[in-house]
Amino acid sequence: MNMVLEALLVFIVLTNLLMLGSSRLGVYIRAGAMQGVGLSFLFFTGEAGWPHSHIVLLALVTMVVKGLVFPSLLFRTIRQAGVRREMEPYVGFTASLLAGVAAWGFALWVGGRLPLPGVIRSDLLVPTAMFTIFTGLFLIVARRNAITQVLGYLVIENGVFTFGVAVEAATPFLVEMGILLDIFVGVFVMVITLFQINREIEEIHMDTSKLAALKD
Amino acid sequence: MAGLVPILLALLLAPLLLGVINRTKAFFAGRQGAPVWQPYHDLRRLLGKGAVYSRTTTWVFVAGPVVGLASVLAALSLLPLGGQPAFLSFTGDLVLMVCLLGLMRFVTVLAALDTGSSFEGMGASREVTFSALAEPPLFLALAILARKTGSLSLTGILGAIDHGLWLQAGPMLLLVATALFVIFLAENARIPVDDPNTHLELTMIHEVMVLDHSGPDFAMILYGAALKLWLLGALVVGILVPAGSPWYVGWPAAVGGLVLVAVLTGVVESTIARLRMHKVPQLLVGSLILALLAMVLGAR
Repeated sequence: MNMVLEALLVFIVLTNLLMLGSSRLGVYIRAGAMQGVGLSFLFFTGEAGWPHSHIVLLALVTMVVKGLVFPSLLFRTIRQAGVRREMEPYVGFTASLLAGVAAWGFALWVGGRLPLPGVIRSDLLVPTAMFTIFTGLFLIVARRNAITQVLGYLVIENGVFTFGVAVEAATPFLVEMGILLDIFVGVFVMVITLFQINREIEEIHMDTSKLAALKD
Repeated sequence: MAGLVPILLALLLAPLLLGVINRTKAFFAGRQGAPVWQPYHDLRRLLGKGAVYSRTTTWVFVAGPVVGLASVLAALSLLPLGGQPAFLSFTGDLVLMVCLLGLMRFVTVLAALDTGSSFEGMGASREVTFSALAEPPLFLALAILARKTGSLSLTGILGAIDHGLWLQAGPMLLLVATALFVIFLAENARIPVDDPNTHLELTMIHEVMVLDHSGPDFAMILYGAALKLWLLGALVVGILVPAGSPWYVGWPAAVGGLVLVAVLTGVVESTIARLRMHKVPQLLVGSLILALLAMVLGAR
């Protein structure tokens, strides 16, 4: 079981790296969706066999929301906005990848020193969670495109979610569901806002660096 | 004497891999395709021809294919197959193997430069650039395996990758194998790094370097390339197929694995477009990153 867990965690790390190294928005969205689905499988890797029914429900909801709802919302937005690529990121793609590896090393270093409640099932869980959060932050800071930044926000949440899996016993079901609902509303609002901004002011092209030029 | 079997298998079956790759590509393109034995016929045809030498070339041009073939043959003697020991094995032979492959490239580049054609110089420059980027991940991948298995010879390393190690460090081995497969594609001038079929001047890397070779020289280059394909493919297969089985299982499994790697290469070539030249470093850095990730996983 530990092997499956580690394979899933490596998979999550790889989706993070894919997002850091890619320039296509479609790849970002698909990688984010795969990451979400991979996360929901984390619940089934416990040693105690089949989890409680409410955990199964949480996993299923996560799978549907992160694997189907978010991607379809985001894909609809890029289709309507006609933006396909991240054009000129503040940090280049190869440099982002190398920064990602550095962040992964840092996450491992910190993750090994963090005091946590309960038993952690794998010593990779916490570093992966932290690396996912770092990746999300990096995507928000280093990319211009608004869609990528929404994705970064989602990736941060995925990292928090992985933390939640790490300390499964310590986080109640309601809190996890509440977070998921918040994220859902957040993404919903962001996507609608982006769409409206893009419809009103065509020349923005989802480029957040140009938003500063807006005045009333 | 059993150590000679991997070498004999490589000498006999290496061109077959090229045939399998071409056959797979033909299948994907909906063509009948050349028979899988076509590379053997090509070699025989080339060996029967005479060679043409330009007056500007010197002995370097003649020495290129010979030294290249010799160095890849020497590298083959260090290669274990199917978990069985190699013909030669000593501490640090993995460095020698990579060096011999480097020597093969070096003499090919020298021979290309010796023709005095700017065209071949361009190809040589590209080949050297990309192989310089492919070498760090290759060394890193081998170093990770050496550390994980506690052995410094290829025979020791590939012999120690058995079911137990797969159960213990499966994700790491998979990452290393993936990184090595990317290097395998790059070093053998396959898509997505180079297109072995193209003869368009602006896109080709490896093919352009050997344009001026003809007859037996070109046969040696083709045969050397096939052996190199076998060699690097055998590294990937050596990781993916756990060792520890007797020779009558190990060798057929390894040869079968190599044929599968050839099929996989054909699938990759049929489904992925060649990368633009400035994207290639990104791919090779990607394989370096996979190896780094494996190193982090293995070092815990």
